[in-house]
Parts: sequence; structure tokens; C-alpha cells
Amino acid sequence: MSYFRAENLSLRFGGLKAVDAVSFAVEKGEILSIIGPNGAGKSSIFNLISRIYRPTSGRIFFEDQDITEEPPYDIARLGIARTFQNIELFENATVLSNLLVGRHRHSTTQLWQELLFLPSVRANEKVHRRRVEQVIEFLDLEAYRDKPISGLPYGVRKVIELARALCSEPKLILLDEPSSGLNVEETDDMSFWIRDMRRELGVTVLMVEHDMSLVNRVSDRVIALNYGRVLAMGSPAEVQQHPDVVAAYLGA
Amino acid sequence: MLDFVQQLVSGVALGCVYGLIALGFVLVYKATEVVNFAQGDLMMLGGFFAFTFIGMLGLNYWVGFAGAVAAMAAFGMLAERIVVRPILGYPQFSIIMATIGLGYFLRSVAGMIWGTDDFKIETPFSQGVLRLGSLVLAYDKLSVIAATIILCALLYLFFNKTTLGTAMRASSENMLAAYYMGIPVKRVVSIVWAISAAVATCAGVLLAPITFIHSNVGLVLGLKAFPAAVLGGFGSIPGAVVGGVLIGVIESMAGFYLPEGWKDVAPYLVLLAVLLLKPEGLFGLHVRKKV
Amino acid sequence: MRFLFKTDYEDDIRLFPHSGYVVSYGSLFAVLLVAPYVLSSYLMSQLVFVCIYATVGVALLILTGFTGQASLGHAAFLAIGAYTAVYLQQFNVPFPVYFLAAGLLTGVIGALVGFPALRLQGIYLVIATISFAFIVEEILARWESVTNGNEGMRVKALSLFGTAVSRDSPAFYFLCLAVLVLTIVGTLNLLRSPTGRAFVAIRDSETAARSMGVNVALYKVKSFAISAAITGFAGVLFAHKLSFISPEMFTLQLSIEFIIVILIGGTFSLHGAVLGAIFIVMIDPFLTYLKDDMPGIIAGVAATLGAGKERAAHIQDGIAAFASLNGLKGAIYGVIIVLFVLFEPLGLYGRWLKIKLFFQLFPLYKRATFKRQKIYVKSERNR
Repeated sequence: MSYFRAENLSLRFGGLKAVDAVSFAVEKGEILSIIGPNGAGKSSIFNLISRIYRPTSGRIFFEDQDITEEPPYDIARLGIARTFQNIELFENATVLSNLLVGRHRHSTTQLWQELLFLPSVRANEKVHRRRVEQVIEFLDLEAYRDKPISGLPYGVRKVIELARALCSEPKLILLDEPSSGLNVEETDDMSFWIRDMRRELGVTVLMVEHDMSLVNRVSDRVIALNYGRVLAMGSPAEVQQHPDVVAAYLGA
Repeated sequence: MLDFVQQLVSGVALGCVYGLIALGFVLVYKATEVVNFAQGDLMMLGGFFAFTFIGMLGLNYWVGFAGAVAAMAAFGMLAERIVVRPILGYPQFSIIMATIGLGYFLRSVAGMIWGTDDFKIETPFSQGVLRLGSLVLAYDKLSVIAATIILCALLYLFFNKTTLGTAMRASSENMLAAYYMGIPVKRVVSIVWAISAAVATCAGVLLAPITFIHSNVGLVLGLKAFPAAVLGGFGSIPGAVVGGVLIGVIESMAGFYLPEGWKDVAPYLVLLAVLLLKPEGLFGLHVRKKV
Repeated sequence: MRFLFKTDYEDDIRLFPHSGYVVSYGSLFAVLLVAPYVLSSYLMSQLVFVCIYATVGVALLILTGFTGQASLGHAAFLAIGAYTAVYLQQFNVPFPVYFLAAGLLTGVIGALVGFPALRLQGIYLVIATISFAFIVEEILARWESVTNGNEGMRVKALSLFGTAVSRDSPAFYFLCLAVLVLTIVGTLNLLRSPTGRAFVAIRDSETAARSMGVNVALYKVKSFAISAAITGFAGVLFAHKLSFISPEMFTLQLSIEFIIVILIGGTFSLHGAVLGAIFIVMIDPFLTYLKDDMPGIIAGVAATLGAGKERAAHIQDGIAAFASLNGLKGAIYGVIIVLFVLFEPLGLYGRWLKIKLFFQLFPLYKRATFKRQKIYVKSERNR
């Protein structure tokens, strides 16, 4: 069985089929990219996986468990973290507390313990902090630790969002257009981090991306979507040469 | 049955007043996303202006009415310019607080100028009844209903048929985009406040034969008009009026058929029930954030 | 300017980041401890109200400031706490028991209010909380067997461990102060642990909070419950301080006052709740002062500046007449709120920070440091 599986996933908004019977599988340790023109339903698939939308039909499996009906907050607890296309950070908090929220799924303390800040809470906080520091080091965010998010440049925010997702120690990470809004250098960094993430942290990556150079550099396999349907699936080179994909991009 | 119809009419009449105040909320909200907690107090002030013109200066009812509306329209623009414009675009909470502050101020100042007594305005509708068989309907109530219908029709035409109305709707969707499209956003906002203050004044003057005008009337009625606007889905003009009428009818029915005490609570109970079932009100749109 | 050299993660966790805090808060605490033996009984009484208002302010900050859920119904929570205490008092329940019971009951009711509030946002939530407060007020007025209706209830003197504590005694003040300090410490603890961070996360982006594993509904309910419970505790003290309660004390007006507390103080820090409470409570003595002494002083000044005796007396009368105008308090309230929103959006605490920074950076302070971001209005309906 595959590590992560979507079976016949569909999503309709009224008469519009945003996602139309999409099936795919992600193997453990793989980097899989989803490409496609605007409005192809890429982000919708992510929103279905993280349960922001409820699928009209179809099932989603993760580690052989059916997660289609799990509440949204449990998706993160199962080990699936995500980033957002347009950055959803906690604007009025510092970078550090943003990252600590990423640790939320590992917090075990009870409310009354926190009110008294018992030694167990304190010890837990230090463990969280140590993990966060590892991520900060991994993504070179040392300079921003105590800065509030509002006021940070876009590129940095993008990295912080990735960091927040990594802080939850995910097994599978969903990256929604990790390179959008980044310059060439930042995109380069991003591609290294994505590969390092797999190599050093053993994270499986599912990614929606427009920048084909990034896709080519990091992906093991690529899925091309158009109008909510799968056009082609395979290695980056195969998919890019697929006649339907070429047609979709050239608008023929 | 006769009682029922009688209650229904007075409920609808009261509801129309709520609806008119709610209309003011909605107008401002639609154009600027500002919830104006001082709307009821604008109505109160309008009532006092009319009282000053008609009761104290002895002007003709219609002249006084028009004068009050014009004065209040100017006052609405002034309030917008001083209190709201500098903070337009800041978090909603700040703006709500600013309008609450404005309300406090208006109430107190009205109390200082006109005192805290009750005032009555003599209107052409104050006396007289319409008899339909054994049904007796007072003109004052009917006049409120008729005026509400006329005002709604005018506003509907204004928003849907005129350029200015369209501009207002555009700037409520996205102010920056409207600005780029050459809509004078600031002036539009000013005009919206003027209209909303004028509508509030109409409510105040129409209310006069039914209830007395006093400095706290705005607070009391404003807090009834609020549920009306929310019930209608905040942002829908017909919704506001329908919500107002609903609240008015519920209140008058509860006052007549239920034990004492229910009259004041019933509108809020209904409101909570509606919000539980439909968090966006009866006519509100449910739109979710795109991520 | 002080530079902190951090050597341990502990440095970011502790409540007092450096010795300066210990010194300043220590001396503040010392002043508060000797206050009842120095200040007049009237000012002491006001100080007790400051403690109670600040406690409610902290409660409201948790809900509105940190979790982002506006409430204009906190007077109702205060009322529930107060009435529970007074009701239980009739059965000779000891203070610690009814104090806890009041907080607990209010907390449970807060959670119950929180559930329906889950689906509501912004203005709809404000209206729902107003409606809730109205309904509570009406229940208090009508449920005569328990609340004695509009007649109100007399509150027996507080008795702690067998000794009566008068509402004007220093002991009662210390009790209120202790409740306030415990509330603040508890809230600070919460804010540096996962729950507090989850609250802030919900305020800034529910979507992101959810995708990070925060059960948004649960935490909103928790926030409502905690906030209500604290307000309930404050309600018990409020009842004792007033020694008489009736439904018309817990109106929308009071809820608005609580909101003003955090608005004037500053919604981003607990300091704000305390500063705001001081401000709101001290406005009364200030107005009294204005009414009693100001006309004389101004007339005196006018007289020394060469105005004739008659003229000075005239001025004195004019100002006295103005100061005793009905509703002056309301007008001043209104103006203060508007001025704060317009010019001091960060509240009193924000002003304090600005002044502090000015001296720290002198002469390099930039006005733009605290400039707030202005955004063009985009419909919240699309959020």
C-alpha cells in the first residue's frame, strides 16, 4: 500500500468541478509535485487534504488510515503539515511564537498545569524550544527570532511558514507554491531545503509549484492537472513532454 | 382576531422604525464596513432637530422635517470627517469603539442642550384613525409604514440605478480598487454618512408621534435596531427592513400574548436562535476566505 | 539601552526578563502594600475598584485581546458571579466556597456561551454577546425567588476564617489585590504556554491555527470559559464592595466600560488592563474635583491676572455651572474614547512604551517606529 493515497477525489462548487475524480499516491520519502495552469485545482487538492474543504466524493488515506472524515486539526496531529500560497502567519506575534505554535501537536500539558506553570510545563517548553532552535538553524532564521512577523519581508515570511510546518515534525509536508514571490536566489535556497528536508528529516513532500526549474530540480515525480483532472503523471521530463500538458500550457 | 391585526399593525409600524435605523447601519456598513454604533443617537439628534424646528420655532411640519433632514445630513458628513475618516482602514474594533464614543458624546450633549425630559412633536398624523369595519388603525402608525416603503423604494433606485449608488457598492467591495477605477472614495463615504444620517432623521421624526423623544431614545431603539440589522444579514437593505419588521412584530406580539418581561427579551432570543442556525443572518452571504 | 545576554532558553521563559523588572515591580508592590495606611478612605475605596476593574480587564484581554473574540456582555458574567455569591451567602456557605463556586459557575456559563459563539464572527459575535447580556439582565430582574428581582439583594459582610472583613478595611483591599495579582500571574503563565499561543494563533489566522493542529473550537470555548470565570471571581468582590446588588447595575453601559478599560489601556498587553482600570475608576474623583475645586482655582487665577472681583465670581459661577451639568461625564467619556482611538491606538501602555523608547534611543527616536499600518478597506465579507 502507498504511504499517502487519494482515491477518486472530487470537489464541486455548485456546477463547477474544481477537482474531478483525481487519484494519486505518494510513496514514503518521495517528492511529488503537482503542476498545472491557474485554476487547475491544485490548491483545492491541498485544501481537501487539510480538510478546509470537504470532498464531494472520494477518499484520502494516510499510512493506511482513512482520514477523509478526520477533523481539520487532527490532520496536523497525524503528521501532515502544510504551508499556504498567500502566507498565513500569525502577524502580531514574534517569529519564535509562530514557530512554537507549530509545536502545538506535541503539547501534552493540561490547562490547570499551564495556569500554575508547573515544572512539567517548563520542561516541556524547553523541549519545544530546543526543537524550534533546530529548525531555526536548519533554515538560517537566527536573525529573525524575536522579530514580529509584521514588518518582515515576503521572502523571509515564506521561509518562516516552512519553518513553522517543520516545527511540527511532520511526516508529510504539503508545500503550496513554495517559490511564489521569491527571487532567483531565494528559490535556489528553497530547492536545497526541500531536498535536505527529505534527506535529513525524512519528510515526504507533496508540492504545488509553478516554477518548472524548481520542479525539475527537486521532484521525483510530477502530476499535471487541468480543469481538475489529471493529465499526466510520471517523471518531470515525461510529464513536460506529454502532448496534453503542452497543449494545456500553450492554451491550444 | 381584531386584537391580532391591531397588534400586527403596531408591531409593523414600530418595526419600520427599527428597520429605518437598521437601514442606516446597513448603508454605512455596506459602503465602509464600519458598524456605526452611534446610528441610534443620530436618530435621536434628528428628532431633536425636528422638535427644535417644529415645536420651538413653530415652523410648518414639512418645512421642519426637511430642515432637520438637511441639517442632519450635514452633521453626518461632519461626524464622518472628524471621527471616522482618520481611522478608516484600521481594525474594525477601533472603529466600533470610536462610534460608541461618538454615541456617548451625542447623548450627553443632547441631554445638556435639550434636557432629559420627554418631548412630543405635533404632526399631521398625530390624531385621527382609519376605520375599516370594526378595525381601527391610527394614522401615525400607518404614516410610518408608508414612509418606510417610500424611503426603501428611493434607496433601492438610488443604489441600483444611479452611478453614485453603483460607485458606493463598488467601494464597499474593495476601496483600493474603487479608488484606482477613479471613484472618489472619500466623497462617496461622506455622502453615505449623510444619507444614513438623513434616513435616521426620518426615523426620528416618524417615531415622534408613536414615542416621545428624549436623549436616551437613540440608545434604546438603536439596540433594538441592531438585532434587526443582524437578523437581516447586515449588508442587505431589504434584509434590514424585514429584520426590523420582524423584531417589531415579535416585540409587540410578545408584549400582548406573553407574560410581562418577555417583550424586551423576545427579540434577542429570536436573534440568538437565528444566529445559531444561520450565522450570517437571514439574508447574509456566506463567503469563506480563500487560502 | 539595556542589552540582554541570553545564555539559556529559560531567559525567554521567565516572567521578569532582567533585574530591572524585579526592582520596578517590587517597588510598585511595596507602594501598593503601604497604600491603605497612607491614602484617604475615599481613594482606598477607588483603589479597590481599580483592582476589580483591572481583574475584569485582564479577563476581557484574554478573550478580546488575545483570542480576538469581541464581547460586549461581560457585565452579565460579572452579574452571574455576584448573584451566585450572594445567593449562596444566604445559606451560610463560607466565603472560599462561594467564591470558587461563583467563578466555576460563571466559567461554565461562559463555556456555554462560547459554543454558539463558535460560528459567529466580528459584529455578529458582538451582537450575540449583547443579546446574551440583555437576557441575563432580564432573568435577574424576573427570577424573583432567587434574585429578589428589581428590589435587589443586600450583601452580607464578608467573613473570612471566622472574622468579619469590612468592605472598607485594608484586609478587603488586600484580598482584591491578591485576586488581581493571581489573575495576572495565571494569565502570564497561560500566555507562555501552548494554550496562550493557541489563543493568539486563533486571533491572527484561524486557518493556519487549524492546520497546525489547534482545535479552534475547543480553544475558543476555553478562552470564553477562562475569561468568564475570572469575571465571575471579580463579580464576587464587586458584590461585596457595593454591599447591595440589583439588575440595573449590570447593564450594557458596564460592559462598554470594561471594553473602554482595555481600549484605553492598550489591547496588546496586560499592563493595559491595569492602566485602563486606573483611568476609568479615577475619572469620577477627577470630575468631582473639577466640580468642587476647579471653579475656585480658575477664578483665583483670573483674579490674580487682573480680572475684577465681580468678573472672577462670574467666571467661578460659569465654570461651576458647566462642571455640574448633567451628563458631563458621558460627554467626557465619549470624547476620551474617540481621542484614544484616533490618536493613541496603542493605549496608555503604548504611550508609556513610546516615552521609554524615546529616552532609550535619545536622540535617535523616530516617530515612525510605532506608526500603525493603514490598509485600504477590503470587504470583510470576503474573509
